[in-house]
Amino acid sequence: MQINTPFFKQRAHDALADENLQKALGNLKAGFPEKRAIAVSRMPEFEQLRDQGRDLKNHILEHLDLYLEQFERKVIENGGHVHWARTADDANRIILDICKQVDAKTVTKGKSMVTEEIGLNDFLEANGVQPVETDLGEYILQLRHDHPSHIIAPAIHLNLEDVSEAFHANHHREKSMDPAVLMQEAREVLREKFVAADVGITGANFCVAETGSTIIVTNEGNGDLTQTLPKTHVVVTSIEKVVPTLEDMTLFLRLLARSATGQEFSVYNTLSTGPRREGDQDGPENFHVVLVDNGRSEMVGSEFQDMLRCIRCSACMNHCPVYGAVGGHSYGWVYPGPMGSVLTPQMIGIEKGGMLPNASTFCGKCESVCPVKIPLPKLMRHWREDEFEKHLQPKAARYGLAGWAFLAKRPALYKPYTRMASWVMKTWAGKNGRIKKLPLAGGWTDWRDMPAPQGKTFMQAWKEQQKTGEQP
Amino acid sequence: MPNISSGPRVGLFVTCLADMFRPSVAFATVKLLEQAGCHAEVPKRQTCCGQPAFNSGDRKTTADIARQTIDAFDGYEYVVGPSGSCIGMLHYYPEVFAPSDSYYQRALDLKSRSFEITSFLFDVIGMDSLQEQLQQLQFNHKVTYHDSCSGLRQLGIKQQPRQLLQQVQGVELEEMEEAETCCGFGGTFCVKYPEISNRMVSNKTEFISNTDAHTVLGGDLGCLLNMAGKLKREGKQVEARHIVEVLAGMTDTPAIGEADYDLAQQL
Repeated sequence: MQINTPFFKQRAHDALADENLQKALGNLKAGFPEKRAIAVSRMPEFEQLRDQGRDLKNHILEHLDLYLEQFERKVIENGGHVHWARTADDANRIILDICKQVDAKTVTKGKSMVTEEIGLNDFLEANGVQPVETDLGEYILQLRHDHPSHIIAPAIHLNLEDVSEAFHANHHREKSMDPAVLMQEAREVLREKFVAADVGITGANFCVAETGSTIIVTNEGNGDLTQTLPKTHVVVTSIEKVVPTLEDMTLFLRLLARSATGQEFSVYNTLSTGPRREGDQDGPENFHVVLVDNGRSEMVGSEFQDMLRCIRCSACMNHCPVYGAVGGHSYGWVYPGPMGSVLTPQMIGIEKGGMLPNASTFCGKCESVCPVKIPLPKLMRHWREDEFEKHLQPKAARYGLAGWAFLAKRPALYKPYTRMASWVMKTWAGKNGRIKKLPLAGGWTDWRDMPAPQGKTFMQAWKEQQKTGEQP
Repeated sequence: MPNISSGPRVGLFVTCLADMFRPSVAFATVKLLEQAGCHAEVPKRQTCCGQPAFNSGDRKTTADIARQTIDAFDGYEYVVGPSGSCIGMLHYYPEVFAPSDSYYQRALDLKSRSFEITSFLFDVIGMDSLQEQLQQLQFNHKVTYHDSCSGLRQLGIKQQPRQLLQQVQGVELEEMEEAETCCGFGGTFCVKYPEISNRMVSNKTEFISNTDAHTVLGGDLGCLLNMAGKLKREGKQVEARHIVEVLAGMTDTPAIGEADYDLAQQL
């Protein structure tokens, strides 16, 4: 997937002017946060669960190697195969090899952000294997040669007309604007794909070390058809998804559904434990798990380790006022919102991803809704520190900061400076209480007035009052 | 002569924006502290809390300013300021130093005794000793309250300003939609990403004007300057004030961004 992150500001500008997108984002804002609030209010122990989730994830990350090895052992005991992929390229090649082994022409796919991260679809297509997305949102995006703008509601940026057009252009049926008709149409077209597919690829929400199982959590059921109908099932997942036991998994499932969609539980929670066994009604003959690292092991033990607690619920983006204003595509790569602002620089480099950790007011809403209490603003601040050390920030910002710092560290200079600045602004405003245009503050006055200072600084007025004993 | 009280010595953390833009907020804070029986002092060596450096990733400058602030407020029983955001920054100071640094313990100590003004009045002083004074005040307006992010999420300030406000005669509080959503100020964010910031503050002014409030109140001048500036640009009639101006009975001054009418007449 092309990296457009350096164009964040321009893309945000376009997004703010896009009426359809703004309407869709309005719906999102009114939807998930409200449902989450209701679900949380019905569960008094939710805060305790968040603490448990955070602590358990921290424990897992401290012993990540052990749990991954245990998971691998169990998958193999169950008759499956485990592949370790250090990079995105490694992962793509491993998956293509599996497809080639079974001479696959088409693969069906469940929704998986990690396959977006490694750019799997383009890679498979370039190598003669046709991937078919089966999550309704992902399917619509694939027809439109588009990418997800949200990690659990990938097509949230589209409206009914967009879907109707995409279906009409690709299915060659009568155009409909009825969601039920469109749904049925997608179902019919996709059923053929499910049956014809040689390989099914899904992600995994969690990998259970004690049983060697992987689990996917969906609301559509397409994931089940993807992983049970083809002869080969490939699970593409990342190393931090491992949890010790089935019971631990249930803790995260309770946190996940409530945080994501405000459901008590997702509609389908489907476990895969190895290939089909003798006497099984269904299931694949071959079961592969591809464990993707792609920069994650570097985060272990670093200041960004807390980010590996993320269970991909999207609560941070659902509640982020910046995401709510500009939408996911503005972020320019796979992971949007606050979690993306931390993860993206890790994966594409701070040189390309640096604007994302800066596109936050540090309002802290993301951290307050994160089910595993990831200190997202703090981690974004770490990226800003990294940028500062590498001199990556724009010169004007650096010089501005240095000038301010020089004064702020010298109270004897700071006071005359603030007195002067205050006087200049007050004079500039004249008899108005506000300034319509202020040099060097265009970012502010392009959109709003600058309230004028009252007059003297407090320090000045206080000093005079102390001398005279009078109120100013 | 300054009011000498036998109560606790409190160092006033003025905050840059109060110092430069709205000294009346700092004077109101002093008045409230003295009414609460404290002896308020203004340490001369203070400048800024260091938040611009902290949020820009400049750890060294942050530490330098933190040391300066810790030194300036040494010896005060409490440190109080009219901003959840700036006091919140003081609470970050322990993160700025290694535990082996001599300033680390002092940073923890400063954190334990520094409070945002409404939280200080409500949580430390207690409502009982303030009720009588507040009940003598009048502010005959419908108001709405914006919860600033740092105060709300870092310091747990939600009920304190509302409870204090409800004591003032004539005040009717009408909550706006999304009172807890960021107004888009965010320190340098509003300059780095002005268009996104504008969308956020536009949402905010819409929610404010959807109420019947005459005044929007808040506890942080950054947010208030932002909201007032947008309300003015949009030609909306809602006034913006810092809550301490109401609690100290100092609402004679023009609201934030309002013309100084007396001055205008003189000119």
